[in-house]
Amino acid sequence: MARLFPQPILSIVIALVWILLVNDLSAGAVALGIIIGWAIPMLTGRYWPERPRIRRPMAVLGYFGIVLKDIAISNVQVAYLVLFRRGDTLRSQYVTVPLDLTTAEAITALAGTITLTPGTVSADLSADGRSLLVHCLETADPAATVAQIKERYERRLKEIFE
Amino acid sequence: MVIAEIVISLLILVGAFFLFVGSLGLAKLPDLMRRLHGPTKATTLGIGSMLIASMLYFWIVEGNPSIHELLITLFLFLTAPVTAQMIAKAYILHERREREVLPDTGRPVGWATLDAAEADQHSEPARTSSAE
Amino acid sequence: MIDIACIIATAAIAIASLLTLYRLARGPDVLDRILALDTLVINTIGLIVVIGLWFRTTMYFETALLFAMVGFVTTVALCKYLLRGNVIE
Repeated sequence: MARLFPQPILSIVIALVWILLVNDLSAGAVALGIIIGWAIPMLTGRYWPERPRIRRPMAVLGYFGIVLKDIAISNVQVAYLVLFRRGDTLRSQYVTVPLDLTTAEAITALAGTITLTPGTVSADLSADGRSLLVHCLETADPAATVAQIKERYERRLKEIFE
Repeated sequence: MVIAEIVISLLILVGAFFLFVGSLGLAKLPDLMRRLHGPTKATTLGIGSMLIASMLYFWIVEGNPSIHELLITLFLFLTAPVTAQMIAKAYILHERREREVLPDTGRPVGWATLDAAEADQHSEPARTSSAE
Repeated sequence: MIDIACIIATAAIAIASLLTLYRLARGPDVLDRILALDTLVINTIGLIVVIGLWFRTTMYFETALLFAMVGFVTTVALCKYLLRGNVIE
């Protein structure tokens, strides 16, 4: 089993992307997708021996829901700031988010989430990978922003990945 | 059917509005880190709602379900943070003024972009000998 | 009704593209121009989707997808060049 499917998640993703790419839900397309999803990880498995661990796959869906909601809200906020505020009156600044996450996948997911959600862009990682540099478009209280990121996203990602 | 058309039209207009806001932010805001906020956020939602409109249209009005659009949405949502971070890193590396306002890492080492040699030693031991 | 929405959306995206062209011409930094190009690519994807809806065809989605990929790779390659002085090390 482990030899046939070295990366089960990758297999599922490849099959899904294939089906989306041919834009067809017929049996032939699905079968070809499954074959490709099985063959590519098996043939290339030797080049990437480690695989990401997802402890609670169901929590991923809940996380997606929260992130999508936050993306919608943050877009309205940023649109308001861009349209009705003069650029140089925005209180933009960098904040440092110390990370509790340790795996590369979890940190990548957190950085991506931060960039897509309320008024924040993740800009850099410390050299040892333990803290994240985040730029805020408009913040009155940097400590509260950091606390919100840690409480809202990092805690959930820690449950999912670690 | 009329309701579907209204919803689709609204989604198209919302998408166009956010694309416009993203570009306005790019043209209006005073420095690069602030400009980065407009395009990365506004455009993902802008394209996202347009693609939802397109999906609904071909599904409900034409009766020909098209799931292709999900792939473009997914791709843009995955790549927007990567692009933003690459631009931010290059900016931090190039602008001396920007480096001075960076906060402390809270760790014994610096930020990865500026402390590159050390970051390489930690994460990519095999490559540093040939890279520089 | 969808046609009218498409016309308005096309006009809005055209103005948006002009704004990005302004930033592209004005600069002042090379990174501003890279960001402007990236935004221009995303605006173009939006335009392709709207035109696909307007002409009632799904044919243009491959174009949009290819555009998204080429735009992403271009931006990352340019940034990587600025960061490391090399694209493929």
